[in-house]
Amino acid sequence: MQIEGKELTKEEKQRLRKEKKQQKKGKEKKDASLPQVSVAETAAPASQLKAERRARQEAERTSKQSKKGDTGQPATTSKPKIPPNELQPGTQNTWSDHPHHMLYLIKQWLSPEIFFFQIPRRLDYGYKVSLFSHLLQYSRKAPLTQQLSIPSAVIHPAIVRLGLQYSQGIVAGSNARSIALLHAFKQVISDYTTPSNEELSRDLVNKLKPYISFLNQCRPLSASMGNAIKYIKKEISNIPSQFKEDDAKKKLLNCIECFIEEKIVLAAKAIAKSSIEKINDGDVILVYGCSSLVNHILCEAFEKGRKFRVIVVDSRPRLEGREALRRLVQKGISCTYVLISAVSYILPEVSKVFLGAHALLANGYVMSRVGTSQIALVAKAFNVPVLVCCETYKFCERVQTDSFVSNELDDPDDLIVTRKGETQLKDWQQVPRLGLLNLVYDVTPPDFVDLVITDLGMIPCTSVPVVLRVKNVDLL
Amino acid sequence: MELQAVLMAAGGGSRMTDLTYNTPKPMLPVGNKPLMWYPLNLLERVGFEEVIVITTREVHKMMSTDPKTKLDIKMKLDVVCIQEDGDMGTADALRHIHQKVKTDILVVSCDLITDVALHEVVDLFRAHNATVAMLMSKAHEFTETVNVPQRDFVGVDQSGKRLLFMANEADLEDGLIVRRSIIRKHPRMHIKTGLVDAHLYCLKKAVVDFLAENKSISSIRGELVPFLVRKQFSKMTSGQKRMDDTETVDQKNDGLTNDDLFFPSRDEALLQLAQERSCWNDHRGDMSEAYHGGKLRCYVHIMDQGLCYRVNTLSAYIEANRMAPKFIEEPAVHPSAVISERFQMGSDSMIGAGCHVADKTSIKRSTIGISTTVKEKVKVTNSIIMHGVTIEEGCNIQGSVICSNAVIGRGADLKYCLVGNGQRIEPEGDTYSNTKKSILLEVSVTFGLV
Repeated sequence: MQIEGKELTKEEKQRLRKEKKQQKKGKEKKDASLPQVSVAETAAPASQLKAERRARQEAERTSKQSKKGDTGQPATTSKPKIPPNELQPGTQNTWSDHPHHMLYLIKQWLSPEIFFFQIPRRLDYGYKVSLFSHLLQYSRKAPLTQQLSIPSAVIHPAIVRLGLQYSQGIVAGSNARSIALLHAFKQVISDYTTPSNEELSRDLVNKLKPYISFLNQCRPLSASMGNAIKYIKKEISNIPSQFKEDDAKKKLLNCIECFIEEKIVLAAKAIAKSSIEKINDGDVILVYGCSSLVNHILCEAFEKGRKFRVIVVDSRPRLEGREALRRLVQKGISCTYVLISAVSYILPEVSKVFLGAHALLANGYVMSRVGTSQIALVAKAFNVPVLVCCETYKFCERVQTDSFVSNELDDPDDLIVTRKGETQLKDWQQVPRLGLLNLVYDVTPPDFVDLVITDLGMIPCTSVPVVLRVKNVDLL
Repeated sequence: MELQAVLMAAGGGSRMTDLTYNTPKPMLPVGNKPLMWYPLNLLERVGFEEVIVITTREVHKMMSTDPKTKLDIKMKLDVVCIQEDGDMGTADALRHIHQKVKTDILVVSCDLITDVALHEVVDLFRAHNATVAMLMSKAHEFTETVNVPQRDFVGVDQSGKRLLFMANEADLEDGLIVRRSIIRKHPRMHIKTGLVDAHLYCLKKAVVDFLAENKSISSIRGELVPFLVRKQFSKMTSGQKRMDDTETVDQKNDGLTNDDLFFPSRDEALLQLAQERSCWNDHRGDMSEAYHGGKLRCYVHIMDQGLCYRVNTLSAYIEANRMAPKFIEEPAVHPSAVISERFQMGSDSMIGAGCHVADKTSIKRSTIGISTTVKEKVKVTNSIIMHGVTIEEGCNIQGSVICSNAVIGRGADLKYCLVGNGQRIEPEGDTYSNTKKSILLEVSVTFGLV
């Protein structure tokens, strides 16, 4: 009897606990689908209780999934540095089938608060080489603007223009992309008006999320852009709520200008100052592709009177070295131009290699234009010092040891070339086992890099995590 | 707001007066819809919500009252009426609505029927921060081989997108002169003559402001666009330097510099910073930066596939009618038409609302307008029948255009004719036929203007 009593009370206690939990959940979710356990029920055996609990968990799971389906992609793609394999290329966005008509109808009968604008998904193009099938590959001939309405009302026109410039390659290069991004954000912030009952610090961040996902669709965000976005979001959320809208906007615009001034312009000046010490008279410097920072360094060194000559190494399909060549020759620096296949031929003449970086990873690897690791490797074989120039805002916490796991695939049609009227690869899609691969980035291990020149000074490659740690402490 | 759409619907249709002396051009039925509907449909499909329509009072009245010319457009139309007999060119019309223009504009003409992907033109405008972006199309066979002095010369660069040169033969007295500055910057230029100008322009707001100050320009197509194209290559005056002597010679009538047209966008310095660091150039082979440092840029998108018609001549009108079913998603036979069973209809034909078509008629490759009556044993081939027409029994109509409210008497036989508005053809009339395939104005003495 006593034992029974104890059992009863135990079950009663369990039931009471369950009811309390349900009441709490009921207040949060207002979900009527949860089964209500009435107080008057007689003691149920443990198995029934377990079954009830399982049923409740199932109901919660299905309700959570249906909610996820509503909010969809913008939530997940808002994170600035998502590696492409987190995006699900398989999920079809039905909005992309009938974009304008649907948007038009829905805009009419849904109020703006309920209306979640889903960025139309850009479709994959062509056959992807199996090792890189987790990455996204787009065609330049199918821009994302095809699926948007023309007077873009939902996405700010400055952002649409920026996305177009990214996808067509008009704004290319890590620094240029970040500056253009901040410029567009300045316009967005100036045109922004806080809706009533909303706070600027929270609403503006939400406004920026679809823009960022749009830009990500046009071209995957770079590490520098990701850091810039993080900085802006932090600044926006730190705006005290008593600020008036105009003051808040002015403060934000000021912050952006400071960021550009400090992290990009002044950093370039500091790096140039440090690098000039490393450039001696009579040097033969090898550069690869077109890095705005390296070009700046060389031009500054030339102006300061150092005597050196430059060898510009270039690679297809981008052939960015031509632009670097133009800028250096315009300054008056004597240059040689070779393609990357001739690098081992030309290296005996070279005394130093200056490389630019797209990002510096936390394990000391340098992520840069595809071909950089080759140059670093050959330079190491010839015992030529390799110096990487990189601003600290490009340091990122990611860790990567190979170029497969996370990369960017450019338009494969760029590899097609027409010589003497003949285009050999015109129908490459019809050939069954042929895949065209146009990689954009690769990673160079720290063993090949002798020095990293940053605005904090000249550090070895392995000190990158220290810099990151120090930076994070600053931010906090 | 990014772009405002402006529809120019005040044109007179000077090249097809036989059709337009009674019906204004924007209201001419093409595929049983008024001509204006096509550009408005294009704008609506693409996502515009508001259009400024510049038109005459007559057209405005017809738009709102006449059920036959109902427009069916969900967008908000802001109608601006201007005098129809005034010599208002398209640029003058833009000057007239200068106050309403708040951002960049997209100017469309009412006689444009096209299925172009509009984002191609607008993307050029956006991506390159262009001053003007326009649409052109390769001409189709039906357009009359143009009378010789009217050829248009269009020069584009190697990529086919940048507009380097545009002139009409009538303006070139001594031959085609290409300035050295153009050749120096773009050594490879393709000059094309067989292009149709679709009269679809994206213009920067600064251009509209410029028009408001310079009252000498009256036509967009004829004066403004060639002016802007020429201005791309005139000597740049930077902020510090002032105009030098060569400048004053160049700009005898203009009296303005590139700086006026180049409206500095916000944060110009920042944009310059981004451009300097970007490793992109639109040309290669010389030492200059992207766009040769020029701030004024004109772009063109040349369509080689797809439909693009300017309905400003009679033959264009007929061809457009033939192509119209492709644009309209409605069924070829309007549900409210009363059609008998024993009746043959080709697949390219269209029958409008409220028609009565009797037995034993055959309608092939034709368009029958709203509220027309077609009696028995009528054969209609390759023709355009407008609204309210009555065709009595036994008629045979081939390759003709019958305007609104005409009555074709019994047994008439018309080949390649144009019957004016409200005319009557006597029953058992003689076979009227034109031996030339093109349709003539005057047919016979029994027709007179009512």
